[in-house]
Amino acid sequence: MTSKEHTTQLVAEDSERVRIDAKGLHYRLLNERIREAIGDGRKYIEVVNVCGQRYIGDGIQAQVRIDIYGIPGNDLAAFMDGAEVVVHNNAQDAVGNTLNSGRVIVHGDAGDVIGYGMRGGKVFIRGDVGYRVGIHMKEEPRRKPVLVVGGTAADFLGEYLAGGVLIVLGLTDTARRGTVVGDYCGTGMHGGLIYLRGAVEDAHIADRFAEKREATQEDLQAILPDLTEFCEVFGYDLDEVLAQPFWVVRPSSRNPYGGSYVPNP
Amino acid sequence: MRNTLVPRRFKQVIDYEKCQRCKRCVMGCGFGALEFQGRVVPSEKNECVACHYCVNVCPEEAITIVENPLKFRPHDVWQPDIIMQATRQAETGGVLLSGMGNDRPWGVIWDHLCLDACQVTNPSIDPLREPMELRTFLGRKPDAVEVERGPNGELRAKTSIPPQLVLETPVIFAPMSFGSISLNAQKALAMAAKELGIYWSTGEGGLHRDLYPYADRAIVQCASGRFGVHEEYLKAGAAVEIKIGQGAKPGIGGHLPGRKVTTAIAETRGIPEGTDALSPAPHHDIYSIEDLRQLIWAIKEATEFRVPVSVKIAAVHNVAAIASGIVRAGADIIYIDGFRGGTGAAPTMIRNHLGIPIEVAVAAVDSRLRKQGIRNQCSIIAAGSIRNSADLAKAIALGADACAIATAALVALGCHLCQQCHTGNCSWGITTQRPELTRRLDPAWGAERVANLVRAWTEELKEILGALGVNALESLRGSRDRLRAVFLDEKTREVLDVKAAGE
Repeated sequence: MTSKEHTTQLVAEDSERVRIDAKGLHYRLLNERIREAIGDGRKYIEVVNVCGQRYIGDGIQAQVRIDIYGIPGNDLAAFMDGAEVVVHNNAQDAVGNTLNSGRVIVHGDAGDVIGYGMRGGKVFIRGDVGYRVGIHMKEEPRRKPVLVVGGTAADFLGEYLAGGVLIVLGLTDTARRGTVVGDYCGTGMHGGLIYLRGAVEDAHIADRFAEKREATQEDLQAILPDLTEFCEVFGYDLDEVLAQPFWVVRPSSRNPYGGSYVPNP
Repeated sequence: MRNTLVPRRFKQVIDYEKCQRCKRCVMGCGFGALEFQGRVVPSEKNECVACHYCVNVCPEEAITIVENPLKFRPHDVWQPDIIMQATRQAETGGVLLSGMGNDRPWGVIWDHLCLDACQVTNPSIDPLREPMELRTFLGRKPDAVEVERGPNGELRAKTSIPPQLVLETPVIFAPMSFGSISLNAQKALAMAAKELGIYWSTGEGGLHRDLYPYADRAIVQCASGRFGVHEEYLKAGAAVEIKIGQGAKPGIGGHLPGRKVTTAIAETRGIPEGTDALSPAPHHDIYSIEDLRQLIWAIKEATEFRVPVSVKIAAVHNVAAIASGIVRAGADIIYIDGFRGGTGAAPTMIRNHLGIPIEVAVAAVDSRLRKQGIRNQCSIIAAGSIRNSADLAKAIALGADACAIATAALVALGCHLCQQCHTGNCSWGITTQRPELTRRLDPAWGAERVANLVRAWTEELKEILGALGVNALESLRGSRDRLRAVFLDEKTREVLDVKAAGE
C-alpha cells in the first residue's frame, strides 16, 4: 500500500463529483466539507491526502460514495447509515463502529475493534485485522451485518456476538505463517455465525460458548453472495477461496449465562 | 414440601372472616405466591416477596404481610440475610442477584446534613408570593460571555453558547431501559417529563417507536452493548449519554436474560428475540480517557454538534480525578451515580459493596473541577438515593446542577421496593415484560402521579430556598456554607467541605 500525496486529479469534478484535499485539515473541518458536499447533492466524494483524520463518514445518512486516499483515523464510518466508504490504503481502529447500513471497503489492513456493535451493512477488509473484531454484532429480521476479513484476525474475534456473519479468509502471508484467528474466538457469543478458512485449532475457540465444525455445502451456500461480492471488490479468485475447507463457529446457546445467577433470598 | 433450607422470608396472613373469595389477590400476584384451593392460601412452591400488590387490590383489606418472625436464632454478626444467602448459594452454586439499590445499613450522609435558614439578620423569602427561579441549564458554559447590541438596540449574547438542556426544575428521570422496565412505565416517565419540562432517559435499551414523540425530552444512551443505537436515535434525543457505569454495579456489565427479550424489546434493541442481551463490562472502544474523548467526539460529529454529550459514571474512589478527565475529554454533562443507586438487576455483592456514596462523590467532583478552573465546562447530575426534596437541595448545595431520580419515580408508579426487579415478575407492571402484568400500568395514570411527585418536590424546594433567603437555585448551587454536619467524622466533613453544626 502506498500513501503518496495526490498531486493529480483522479476524477474530474462535476455536479455529482467533488474532490476534497484533506492536507492539514482538522477532522471537524474535513467532515463539515463532506457534509456540505452531500448537502450540495454530490454522489461521489473523493478525499485525498488523508492523514489520520478521525470520524470520516461518521453518521452519514445518504446514498453517496466516499473514496479515501491516505490513511483515515479511528472511528471511520461510525454510526454510518447507507453510504459507501472506500479506503485505498490501511485503516486504523474502530472502523464501522455501530454501523447501521452501507458498505465500508478497506484495501489494506485495519486495526482493533472493527465493526463493534454493527447493526447492519457490510465491512470488507482486504488484509489483516487486530483484536476484538466484530464484537457484539447484532441482527434483526430485516437487518444483518456482514464483516469479511481477507487476512487474519487477532484474539477475541466475535466476542459477545449476538448476530450477523463474521468471515475470516486467511488469504494473506500472515495467515500462511500462522493461524487465521487468535485466542478466545467467539467468547460470550450467543448469536450469529463465524466462518474461518484455513488453519484453526480447537484451542482458539472459546468452547464454553461456541461450537466449531467443518462447514457444509449448505453453510457455504449461505455466505456465497458475500464471498462473491468480496472477491469482486478485491479481485480475489472465488474458486481459489472455496478450494480450501471452511470452519463454522456457532453459539452453544442463545442464553449462555442463564444458569449463572440465583435470586438473592 | 419445600425443597430448600432457605426459610420463607414473609408470610401472607389472610383474614377469612373478611375474605370474599374474589381471587383478585391470586390473579394479581406476579410471583404466584397465592393459590385458590376453596379459599385463598399461600402457594406451596412460590414465595411472597412483600410487594404488597395483593394487599392493595383486596377490596376487603383481608390480607396482611408479615415478616417470618423467627427465621433463625438471633445473631448480630450472622444476620438472617447473610445465612440465607450462604444457604441459597450452597443449594445452587449461583451468583446472587438483586434488584433496586443497596439495602445495607451503611448510613445515609444526607441524614447527617442540616440546611440553613434565615433568622433576623437576613430576611427569608416567601416563595408562594414572590418569584423563585429554578430553571436549570445543563451543558458546557463558556468561560466568559460577551454581549452586544442587536439591530433594534436589544442586548444579545455575542459569545456562542454550546447546546444546553433546559429543565424547569432541577430533576431528571434516571436512565431505565425498555427491558429493565416495561414500555408503559417508560411511557409514563416520558409523558411526565414532557409535561414538567424536564427530561427522561432511555437507558441502554434503545428508543421504542411509540416513544419517538417524546424524544425531544429524552436523553438517549449509548452504552457498551450499543443496543438500539443508530443515527436516527442519536439525532432524535435532546442529549446523548455515554454510559460508562452505574452506581449499583460499578465496573461490571449488564445482562437482560433472553426470557425478557420480547418481540418489542428485540426490535427496539436490534437483536434477535429470546437471546440474552449482554452489555460488556467496558466499552471495548474505550480503554482510556483518550478513548472516551474519541467516542464523545464521534457522537458530536454524528449529531453535528447540536446536542450536549453526557457521560455517566459510578461514584468510585478516584471519582474526582476521573471526572476531571471526563470534562477535559469534552463531556458537556457528567452524571455521577452513587453506591446506593438502583438497578434492574445487579450481583448482590457488587451492589452492596462497590463504590462510594453520592454525597461525598458530588462534593469531591465539584471541588476538584472548581480548583482546576473547569467547573463551567461541564454540568453535574447527582444520583443514587435522592429520596425527597431535602436530599435534592442538599445535593445542589454540595455542587450538583441537577439530580436524577429513579426509585422515587417508580414509587410514584406503585413500587413497594420488594427488590425483585430482576425476576421480571413485578406485580405492579413496572419491571416486567409479562403482558398480563404490564397492562396494569396505565401510562397516563402513572404520568400524573410522577408529575405530582416532581411538582410537590419543586414547591418544597422553593420553600427551602425561601427559608435560605435566596430566590434562585443558582444561589444555592455549590454553596456548602448553607450546610452543617451532625455526627459526621472530621475527614468526611473535610471532603464534603461542610462545617460541623454549631461552627
